[in-house]
Amino acid sequence: MVEAFYADQNDRRDLEIIAELVKPGHRVLDLGCGDGAFLRMLKEQHGAEVLGMEISQRRIAECIANGVPVIQSDLDDDLDFAENGSFDLVILSQTLQEMRRPDQLLRRIVRVGKHAAVSFINFGHIHCRLQLLLTGRMPRTTQIPYQWYNTPNIHLGTIRDFRHLCDHLDINIVQETPIGMRFPLLTAKMPNLFAVGSVFVLEKR
Amino acid sequence: MLIVKPQNFQLPAPLPLDCGRELRQVNIRFETVGTLSPSRNNAILITHALSGDAHVCGKYTETDRKPGWWDEMVGPGKAIDTDKYFVVCSNVLGSCAGSTGPRSFNPETGNPYNLDFPVITIRDMVRAQKHLMNHLGIRRWLTVIGGSMGGMQALEWAINYPDDLASFVPIATTSQLSPQSIAFDWVGREAIKYDPNWQNGNYSADRVPDRGLAAARMLAHITYLSDESMSRKFGRELQDSASYSFDFSRDFAVESYLEHQGRRFVERFDANSYFYITRAMDYFDIAARTGGDLAKAFAPVKAPALVISFSSDWLFPTSESRKIVNALLKNRCHVSFCEIQSGYGHDAFLLEVDALGGMVRDFLHNRWKELEQNG
Repeated sequence: MVEAFYADQNDRRDLEIIAELVKPGHRVLDLGCGDGAFLRMLKEQHGAEVLGMEISQRRIAECIANGVPVIQSDLDDDLDFAENGSFDLVILSQTLQEMRRPDQLLRRIVRVGKHAAVSFINFGHIHCRLQLLLTGRMPRTTQIPYQWYNTPNIHLGTIRDFRHLCDHLDINIVQETPIGMRFPLLTAKMPNLFAVGSVFVLEKR
Repeated sequence: MLIVKPQNFQLPAPLPLDCGRELRQVNIRFETVGTLSPSRNNAILITHALSGDAHVCGKYTETDRKPGWWDEMVGPGKAIDTDKYFVVCSNVLGSCAGSTGPRSFNPETGNPYNLDFPVITIRDMVRAQKHLMNHLGIRRWLTVIGGSMGGMQALEWAINYPDDLASFVPIATTSQLSPQSIAFDWVGREAIKYDPNWQNGNYSADRVPDRGLAAARMLAHITYLSDESMSRKFGRELQDSASYSFDFSRDFAVESYLEHQGRRFVERFDANSYFYITRAMDYFDIAARTGGDLAKAFAPVKAPALVISFSSDWLFPTSESRKIVNALLKNRCHVSFCEIQSGYGHDAFLLEVDALGGMVRDFLHNRWKELEQNG
């Protein structure tokens, strides 16, 4: 079942890393939870108490079918229903770059979560750099297949950018797990150049 | 064709009311569809809106012109599947469709109550439903589901009888009636008062205040639609002629439609019931019981909820549903919420059968599965 889930998710290594953080009885909030399949897995396999937030009506209907409680939200929600630290983990998987104000969202999620897990797409990857350098045009990759003018990813950044932002917001990076395509050693050594993304575990300083 | 039969239940004891009075010899009109399972875990209570009744689905006879008011949602194989669930719908207290209301006979005088009928609340309606539940041998509702005033009843169930339901589905509703809605109710009742037939509520059956009631209904009906739906349905179309009449008879299609709605309403509804039920909604304010703190008011709630609003509903707008959702979340209740995109206004809860039905079907199925597994 778990294997089948990840196979369905098209090699979402970031979700595997995030799932390892979830222990029985944990309260987990997933912002931009999609069809709720991941939360369902966390509920059924990890014994977590889950809540999703999602903007699309179709996705919400899928969450309901998956038996996952879900609230319609554009994530600009101030999450004022949640007391400080009332969730063990707040998940933000490959969503941050679509937000109007990623900094404000990060502030909110480390407020309501004891920990936050952010899976981040790295625009500092060598493919992106080479495309920009050699062709003089905005990079397009398998992860970011859009044109510059129609992309929902309005706030792309590099791993180094993200670390800087966390520091600026007084957020501690508790754990950082770079995700590579081919070169595991280089990815581990120089994530900003060779990791396609990274999972950050954050907490309020 | 699904054929249903109205039934009656006489409350065994007087019903104490929020106003401090009590009602004797209360009758509750109800209908049931489907079969209660041996483990009695498949019972669903459907709560109706202002002008609704116990006739939620099916027909009384093959030749009936129209089926029940939520027939598209409820029935064999439908979103609320009566092949699987045992559906109960009862007419609210104070109504004129079979349950005890202001036109019922007062056992003490032998005459209709009229305005001697006590002012009732949404919670009083739910109290009467609780007696019906016991009478039917149901220990726990799989869900209590309703739109508009029906949603208010669902909220009262979850708060007052938290152990008696496994879930609830408040649709297109609110936790308190807004001043704007109170104002509409007031104008509607004033229209009835202006009708010379009204006679302070003591009208005879052959001289009812039908013009006042029709005006009240026309006004209210506008609040159930949206600017968009009226534009789409009628535009500025003229009804019968190609040009303006240059007098004050009806010209526009929308005028004709409202006239029709008013006329049809007085055939089936009673003016005094309109007074009592709108008053019950006026007084509905859940947070008022806990000093204005809605989260505190929801503290007793245990059951998971599915809250639904509709994008063009300006009578009970999405912001009202969000207040309910946030208050439930503060209590760490399991709650799902969706604003369904619709142009139909408040009436969308009767019309958006595909979007609403899909979510309700899956939500109910998952609750039912949980009960099957956990007993």
